[in-house]
Amino acid sequence: MYNISLSKIKKSYGDLTILHSVDMEIEEGEFIVILGSSGCGKSTLLNIVAGLDTCDTGRIMIGEKDVTDLEPSDRDLSMVFQSYALFPSMTVKRNLSFGMEIARVPKAEREAKVAHVAKLLQIDNLLDRKPSQLSGGQRQRVAIGRALVRSTGVCLFDEPLSNLDAKLRTETRVELKKLHSDLGFTMLYVTHDQVEAMTMADRVAVMNKGRVEQFAPPQDIYEKPANLFVASFVGSPVINQIEGTLGADGVFDTGETRIDLGGYDFDHGKPEAQDAVLAVRCEDIDIVSPEEGHITADLDFVELLGADALAWVVYHGKRLSVRMSVDAARALPKHVGLRFVLPKASVFSAKTEQRL
Amino acid sequence: MSSPSNTTTMPLAAKIGLYAFLIASALFFLAPLIVIVINSVKPMADIRSGSLLSLPSEITFEPWRIAWSSACTGLDCSGIRPGLMNSILITVPSVIISVLAGALNGYALAQWRARFADWLMLLILIGLFVPYQAMLYPTVKMLSGMGIFRSYWGIIFVHVVYGLPYTTLLFRNFYVGVPDEISRAARMEGATFLRTFWSVILPISTNIIVVVAILQFTGIWNDYLLGLIFAGNDNMPMTVQLTNIVNNSRGAAEPNVNMAAALLAAIPTLVVYFISGRYFVRGIATGAVKG
Repeated sequence: MYNISLSKIKKSYGDLTILHSVDMEIEEGEFIVILGSSGCGKSTLLNIVAGLDTCDTGRIMIGEKDVTDLEPSDRDLSMVFQSYALFPSMTVKRNLSFGMEIARVPKAEREAKVAHVAKLLQIDNLLDRKPSQLSGGQRQRVAIGRALVRSTGVCLFDEPLSNLDAKLRTETRVELKKLHSDLGFTMLYVTHDQVEAMTMADRVAVMNKGRVEQFAPPQDIYEKPANLFVASFVGSPVINQIEGTLGADGVFDTGETRIDLGGYDFDHGKPEAQDAVLAVRCEDIDIVSPEEGHITADLDFVELLGADALAWVVYHGKRLSVRMSVDAARALPKHVGLRFVLPKASVFSAKTEQRL
Repeated sequence: MSSPSNTTTMPLAAKIGLYAFLIASALFFLAPLIVIVINSVKPMADIRSGSLLSLPSEITFEPWRIAWSSACTGLDCSGIRPGLMNSILITVPSVIISVLAGALNGYALAQWRARFADWLMLLILIGLFVPYQAMLYPTVKMLSGMGIFRSYWGIIFVHVVYGLPYTTLLFRNFYVGVPDEISRAARMEGATFLRTFWSVILPISTNIIVVVAILQFTGIWNDYLLGLIFAGNDNMPMTVQLTNIVNNSRGAAEPNVNMAAALLAAIPTLVVYFISGRYFVRGIATGAVKG
C-alpha cells in the first residue's frame, strides 16, 4: 500500500517557522500537486517526505510504515529534482541502474528494468551517452526514468518542469499525466505553476506561509476557493474583488448599490451581518446595459487574446476584468453595466478572509 | 600599463617594442636557468679559468654523472640518486593522502552542511596563516610522543597534516559550486556519504584534483626544512642531499656538479607541469584557485 499520511508536520529554523502543523492524507495512486509561491514551504515539505530534511515534530506514514526517522532510501520512494541532478560522470544507463547497484540487485534484473523503463520513456537510444550530451528535455526524461526504475510506488517531483521551455513543458506535462495513469503510482508534485496544478492533479494542496490553505480537487479550488488567498492565487487574471458589507438579510451592499445574494449558496447558512468581499471570476460576469447591471463601470481598455478577449473596466478606482468574445469586446460602449453570475461567485469575510 | 587588446591595428613600431619587451623579460627570467644549464656541462677547467657566463669549450656530461651517482654528501659518496628515491617515496604517498583527504574534507564542509561547518572551515584556515616554522617545535614533541619522529611515516604524516588546510580549502571552494541536488539524488538512491563521494563526486573532480595534486607535488618535492628535521637519516629527500653536496667541505668546490645536481632535483616538477599543464590551466579556470 502506498498511501501517504502526514500528521502535524512542523519545521522551523530558529525563529523562522517554515511549516505550521501540516496534515495531509493521500490515497494510493493519487496525483497530488502542492502549489504555492516561493518560500511558502512546499519544497521543505517535499524534502521532509523524502527524508532529505527532518521535521521538528509530526509523523509521516507511507502505507502502514512509519517512515519519520528512516533514511530516504528506506522509505520506498524516489524523487525527481528541479535541476535533474543526474550523475555527470555516468552514462544514462549507469544513472538508471546506480540505485539498484547499491541495493545489490542482480545484474540481469537491473538490465531488464533499465531496458523496460528506457523503452517506456523512449530514451533507449541514449543509454550510452553522458548527461552533458543530452538536451534539457532528454535529461528530464532520464531523471524521471531514474525515479521510475526502482519502481517503488511513490514518486516525488520537485518542480521538475521549470527548467524546460514552454513547448517542452506542455508536452512533458501531458506525458507525466499519462505515465501516472498507466503506472498508478502515488505522485507528490511540487510546483509554483498553477497550470500544472490544474491540469495534472487529482487534488491540489495550496500552500501559503507554511500552511495548507486548501486541499481539494483543482476544479473545486478554482470554483469554490476556501479563502481569499486561494481565490486570488489561483486563476489568471486575478479574481475580481468588490468590497462591501453583507447584511443579515443576505444582501451585499457596495455602498452604491445593493446586490441580493439570493442565488449564492452560503457554506454554513446565512451568516451574520459583517464586512465582506465579493469575488467573481472574469468569466462569470456579463456585460449588460448600465440599468440592468449589479454595478456600473467605465471601460478602460480591451485585451484581445485570440480565442477570446478581456475587457478591463474601472469601478471605484479599481480595475475589474471581464472575459467575453472578441466580437462583443470590439462593440463595447464606454459606460457599461456588470451582471454577476452569483451562484458561481464567492463571498469572503473581510475580517477572517474565509469563505462564507 | 594598458594591455594591447587589439593587435591587428597596432602600428609596427609598437609591435616591435612589445616583442622587444617580452623577449627582454623572458631573457631576464631565463638567464639563471641558462647559466645553470651551461655550467652544468662545462669541464672544471673552463670554470676555473673563465667566468660563469662564458660558453663551454667542450660539452661534457661528466658533472651530471658525478652529481647523479658519485658526489659526496658528507661521508657518503653516491650522488643524489638515493635522495631521488627517497623524495619519490615521500612525495607520492603524501600527495595522494593529502589530496584525497582534502577532497573528502572539502566535500563534507561544502555539501553536507555539518552544524559548525563554517566555524570548522575558519579553524582550518587559521592553519594556513600560521607559518609552519612557528609550529616546528611542538610538532617535533608531538611526533616524538607518537614514536614516529625521524621516520618514514613521520615525514609523510607531517606533509599530510601541513598540506590539509590548503587542499581542504581548494576542494571546498570547488565543491561549493557543485549543485547539492546531485548529492541528495545519490542519497535518495541509497548511497552512503562515502559511496556518494567515491562514485559520484570524485569522478567529476578531475580538474581540481590535478591542480591540487600539482601544487602539493611541487610543494612537497621542493620541501627542505621538514625533510631535514622529520625524515631521519635514511629517508633524506633529494633537496637535503643537494644542500649537502653543495656545502660539502671535503675536496675542492665543483660548481658544475652542484648545478647539475640542482637541475636533476628540479626535473621531476618540470615534467609534472609539462604533462599536466592542460589540466592545470583548466582547473585554474574553473575558479578553484582564483585570487
